[in-house]
Amino acid sequence: MRRISVPLWLGLGILALLLLCAAAPQLLWPTDPLAFDFAALTAAPSWAHPFGTDQFGRDMLARTIAASSVDLQIALFSVVFPLMIGTLIGLAVGWYGGWLDAVFGRLVDLVVTFPFLVLVIAIVAVLGPGLVNMYIAVACVGWVAYARLIRGEVMVQRNSDYVAAARVLGYSTARIVFRHILPNALRPVLVYSVTDMALCILLGSSLGYLGLGAQPPTAEWGVLIADGKNFFTTAPWITLFPGVAIVLAGLGFSLAGDGLADLLEVKR
Amino acid sequence: MNAPLLEVRDLGVVFATPRGAVHAVDGLDFTVGAGEVLGIVGESGSGKSVTLRAIPRLLHANATVSGQVLWRGEDMLALPAERLRRLRGGQVAMVFQEPMSALNPVLPIGQQIDEVLVAHTSLDGRARRARAVELLGLVGIASAAARLAQYPHEFSGGMRQRAMIAIALAAEPALLLADEPTTALDVTIQDQILQLLLRLVDELGMALVLVTHDLGVVAETCDRVAVMYAGRLCETGTVGAVFGGPRHAYTDALLRSMPGTGTARERLVPIPGQPPRIDRPVAGCAFAPRCTHARPVCGTERPRLTDWAEGHASACFAADELGAPLVGAVA
Amino acid sequence: MTPPLLEADALTKHFPGRRGLLDMLRRRERPVVRAVEALSLDVRAGETLGIVGESGCGKSTLARCLVRLHRPDAGVLRFRGTDVDALSEADRRRFNRQVQMVFQDPYSSLNPRMTVRAVLAEALAVHKVVPPDQIEGRVAALLDLVHLSRDAAERYPHEFSGGQRQRIGIARALAVEPSVLIADEPVSALDVSVQAQIVNLFLELQERLGLTLVFITHDLRLVRHLAHRVAVMYLGRIVETGPTAELFAAPRHPYTQGLLRAVPQMAAGQGRVRRAAAITGGLPSPLAPPPGCSFHPRCPIAEPACSTAVPALAARGGAWPVACRLAG
Repeated sequence: MRRISVPLWLGLGILALLLLCAAAPQLLWPTDPLAFDFAALTAAPSWAHPFGTDQFGRDMLARTIAASSVDLQIALFSVVFPLMIGTLIGLAVGWYGGWLDAVFGRLVDLVVTFPFLVLVIAIVAVLGPGLVNMYIAVACVGWVAYARLIRGEVMVQRNSDYVAAARVLGYSTARIVFRHILPNALRPVLVYSVTDMALCILLGSSLGYLGLGAQPPTAEWGVLIADGKNFFTTAPWITLFPGVAIVLAGLGFSLAGDGLADLLEVKR
Repeated sequence: MNAPLLEVRDLGVVFATPRGAVHAVDGLDFTVGAGEVLGIVGESGSGKSVTLRAIPRLLHANATVSGQVLWRGEDMLALPAERLRRLRGGQVAMVFQEPMSALNPVLPIGQQIDEVLVAHTSLDGRARRARAVELLGLVGIASAAARLAQYPHEFSGGMRQRAMIAIALAAEPALLLADEPTTALDVTIQDQILQLLLRLVDELGMALVLVTHDLGVVAETCDRVAVMYAGRLCETGTVGAVFGGPRHAYTDALLRSMPGTGTARERLVPIPGQPPRIDRPVAGCAFAPRCTHARPVCGTERPRLTDWAEGHASACFAADELGAPLVGAVA
Repeated sequence: MTPPLLEADALTKHFPGRRGLLDMLRRRERPVVRAVEALSLDVRAGETLGIVGESGCGKSTLARCLVRLHRPDAGVLRFRGTDVDALSEADRRRFNRQVQMVFQDPYSSLNPRMTVRAVLAEALAVHKVVPPDQIEGRVAALLDLVHLSRDAAERYPHEFSGGQRQRIGIARALAVEPSVLIADEPVSALDVSVQAQIVNLFLELQERLGLTLVFITHDLRLVRHLAHRVAVMYLGRIVETGPTAELFAAPRHPYTQGLLRAVPQMAAGQGRVRRAAAITGGLPSPLAPPPGCSFHPRCPIAEPACSTAVPALAARGGAWPVACRLAG
């Protein structure tokens, strides 16, 4: 068995903490995230409220913890759909090549001309704000990156001798593509997807901040920051701690992604 | 024989790796005289290429080199960096297996020759150009003047190897170290390059150390041969003595395993087992696990290099059983 | 004479070459790599046919045409008299059960993410070679056949040495019980001391299973030892073919003669040999093969007429065919 490196441990540790926050928020900090405490409006961090409170006296620690489940959901769903769509398209393009590849190439050119965020915002603007529409927008744009990665890997694997051997053995195309090529082409995609989760949390927070993603009163880190922006000079903790949570989640996914890259490296 | 140009004494190379120390070369001795061709043969993991690269100190920083490499009596391993740089590419030149990776792809061939001439001669620009043309002609590249402006990718594999030899010869070295110079080439091109090297040895009085895995190449190209296995020297001597009556069980087995002109479709006599792993130290003879002549002592004690005749030595406990001419097996 | 088991009739395979932007702007035609050019060949049941040639002569392309990895551009490939091209998809699979391949590179020819058991069991299951409950036993039998220990089944390719990997590749090819094995440089990536093991394995398998073997290599010593008949390739064509021992003793084509001279000899006690190079010059580009006999620019006896017409592979008064108008 291969050794799990220190960065991977660290990344997995952070992600485990986030998962715990999402799964059992009451366990870590029993305060109700929606309870108003009029005795402590925009109170600075204290023993009773370690992360302080917002303008309604809601406990920021409880709200930051409560937001983690929404943000993890964003990380998962904005990666899984592009990953699946992109993998299938990438496999087809990489295996068949030819005119399919030419069409794909133009499509990629078209999509990468626009900055990712701008394109997503444009699509959400058309569909209307909300998490589900955000997932649709991300899937529409995000699959391209996955398809390109898979396509490149398939092109390499397609010409290797073990694939030639499978063809000489008369295996069906589906068997060769899914059983032989896919497991060998998946590593960069899996690694990228974990790092992509970090970016997706940032994206979800950005859209939440802009009012296009999660809608208040849903606690989401970007929404929390947006809520607190008017009090930034007087009560910086309202924006600070959700910001720290975003950074921490991003770090966790990045470290896990790097660690995964080493772990999945195939021995030749 | 005149005093050796190069004398390697008790050479050892240890690589520090994340999984521990790897003894790539261990207690190696050999000499090369002027105008002499020495072949170093061995299979993968034998340490033959590492040995060659250790001579001009071309190994990476994770390698620890011990012993002595005496160049005209002076230890190259102890030489200050500046002196060593003048020696490298000047008196001692090197040719590699892959000309494509050894040549700089973005510089014309002429400029790569020019660099060596600038570093090691006091010729002016016009004389350097004339010398470059002369060098390409020497290695058999036609229309040399036009070729100088061309880039490595415009040369064929054999031509690239010739160009690399021309660069190596630019400073008129006294010793040429060649690391599998023909392994990547076809037989007919290999034949041309080997004949070219032999002609240069004769005409320029240069010494040549030729590292190869091909016993046939050694048989036709070298005066003397050193056989390596798992980083150690098994046997050394004139090509005739070693190939005619090997005194090491490994050399003997290797020669017998080759398809010769013996009866066609008869079973060959393979060496059992797999090539050695050098990542763990071996107590006795490294070849013992695969050796048909192995005795108990082979597993515990390391055989010492023993002379059998003038210039023919081997490190094998079973040497007295060997030495008979290999009739039929080699012809 | 036995009828041929596998027969290539004027097979031709060209590949599109690369064309730069500048070439496109100049409206140059797309260059064509003439890998195999109107090549005819037959393989008889039970024999070993050696195909020798230097890199770039098209021998690997020929191997891939013979197992139908490549579809030839022209010509016919027949197996037991049937045109392979005319076969249905299902029959093509049946053809490939009969004609299997062993690859050169023991590293890239095995799927790094599959255990040896998975590799062998897959071939057995897909072709229903044995009922599912007997797969386990057959995997063990295959490992025995290629002299690998049975615990090898649980391991991944990276845990094996080059020679052992090549044994796995051979076991995979044998799993579907083929009658012909096309081996493309099967030992050239291996250490000298291991080559003999694999050569012996081929000899043994041929005896035990009655296999027909097409052995493709650049190593003339191996061909001389293994092959009953040999075909010498140069730039996509066969220049000479005949019984190995006789052909090697008295080669008729100037290229074969030069090739044999260029192979370093092991003759004992010889030491340094100085002589003129056996063949001068390099292999011409298959993008633009010379007109006429493609060997004429390097040929020591070429005449002006050699550059006009392609010489046919014909007996020309000798015991075996040769493609040289000056042979006789």
